Amino acid sequence: MSGVSRAEVVTVAVAELFRDDGEIVASPMGLVPSLGARLARASFAPDLLLSDGQAYLVDADGVIEGWQPFRRVLDTVVPHGRRHVVMGANQIDRYGNQNISAIGEHARPTKQLLGVRGAPGNTVNHRTSYWVPRHSTRVFVENVDVVAGVGHDNAAKAGPAAQRYHDVHRVVTDLGVFDFAGPDHAMRAVSLHPGVTAEDVVAATGFDLDCTAVPDTRLPTDEELRLLRDVLDPDGLRDREVRR
Amino acid sequence: MADKRTTVDYAVAELRDGMTVGIGGWGSRRKPMAAVRAILRSPVRDLTVVSYGGPDVGLLCAAGKVRRVVFGFVTLDSIPFDPHFGRARESGEVEVTEYDEGMFGLALQAAAQRLPFLPTRAGLGSDVPRLSPELRTVRSPYADGEELLAVPAMPLDVTFVHLNRADGRGNAQYLGPDPYFDDLFCLAARRRFVTAERVVSTSELSGSGPVQSLLLNRSMVDGVIESPGGAHFTTAAPDYGRDEPFQKHYVDNAKDPERWPAFVDRFLSGDETAYQAEVRRFAGEVAA
Repeated sequence: MSGVSRAEVVTVAVAELFRDDGEIVASPMGLVPSLGARLARASFAPDLLLSDGQAYLVDADGVIEGWQPFRRVLDTVVPHGRRHVVMGANQIDRYGNQNISAIGEHARPTKQLLGVRGAPGNTVNHRTSYWVPRHSTRVFVENVDVVAGVGHDNAAKAGPAAQRYHDVHRVVTDLGVFDFAGPDHAMRAVSLHPGVTAEDVVAATGFDLDCTAVPDTRLPTDEELRLLRDVLDPDGLRDREVRR
Repeated sequence: MADKRTTVDYAVAELRDGMTVGIGGWGSRRKPMAAVRAILRSPVRDLTVVSYGGPDVGLLCAAGKVRRVVFGFVTLDSIPFDPHFGRARESGEVEVTEYDEGMFGLALQAAAQRLPFLPTRAGLGSDVPRLSPELRTVRSPYADGEELLAVPAMPLDVTFVHLNRADGRGNAQYLGPDPYFDDLFCLAARRRFVTAERVVSTSELSGSGPVQSLLLNRSMVDGVIESPGGAHFTTAAPDYGRDEPFQKHYVDNAKDPERWPAFVDRFLSGDETAYQAEVRRFAGEVAA
């Protein structure tokens, strides 16, 4: 199938985050993560439980199959660990520390953001991935201003209780897919989206990032494109979130 | 049996400067906004506001009622940020205690259970302990020896929650999809006030929803206030959803310090009845 957009490649890359997760709760935050999780659920990861971001677990058709109010998420789902969350990140560093709290000095920030939300608990309890719709040096920074989501270095420093279930997995952006399998759990490119060069990524990243010898992110299959275009996102909202 | 019906202004009159006040709901959902509006009208100040924050936090900050916010987030859900809270933070005029969402719940739960603290992994390795240096860790006395964060109990002086139905004795019911943490807010507080869309007879409660929807029993509640539209402009599903045009109007005005006084003048300078009348007029203007 021709005319595959960057947004479609990216959505499939997000879906791939959930491939081998089995029967756990997928908690996607935002449009592309939600589309990706629903695509995975509708194709190669049929056992996933999907949170609708409110109080329900819904199947790929939106049918309610469970009740999961916020209190249950925080009391048992997060600490129990059978969950994979895909969160946003206003800042992220090479070890996967994420900031959604505030920019600048915390006591008097230049920009107040959401707050740490559930990021500290998520990252030390279960698998956490990040979605960045616009890969840039504003987001990919040497040091985050506030550590909300805990990166690999800080989990190690905080000791065994922080590290025991710590699982910061991957970052998907509009340029590529990244993991933390570099030296000392540093971020490393897993794949770059077709048409993206290593130079593009290096220029958009505020720290040294190994982009050598990586393959292209795979293209969607015909069936995945049909699901995305005809079933999951017929209005093409994905193309508004991913602009290049 | 005590008739606990009162008014929102009587309830708010119990507040004293410097008190710690819990506000139920979550983000821009089932917030006790009629109570918040009553606090805006009152002379009280220097409050510590404990909230899974929505427009309650922004409004109280804008009115100069707040010394400290205890929060995990402040968001309007369909609009990410509350401009008033942003301005209060960026000008440094409020202090904050910023917790992970799960820690926040545990702090209320510890207070509800009369425990000094509850242990958790959440917060370890993050900047939460750095920013709240009073936080301590605790070592498991068992073979694992894990060192966990000890979240201190967060007792509240007064709390306000908004539910769909209540009776005059203080039994109260949510009819939407999520109880949020409203029962914990009540159990953690010394004085507890429930605003409700409708106050009905006790026998009507079990007819309006499953028995599991009876979230609060009367031992958890000191005062009941009938307040139709009392969560406006946040959700009170299934009675009503979020008033998105009004929320946007709030944000547009909150962003602009020049325009904000006119918003206050129109919507927040009178009592709750005047507010609701002005909201109906606004809805007519939007529809026109």
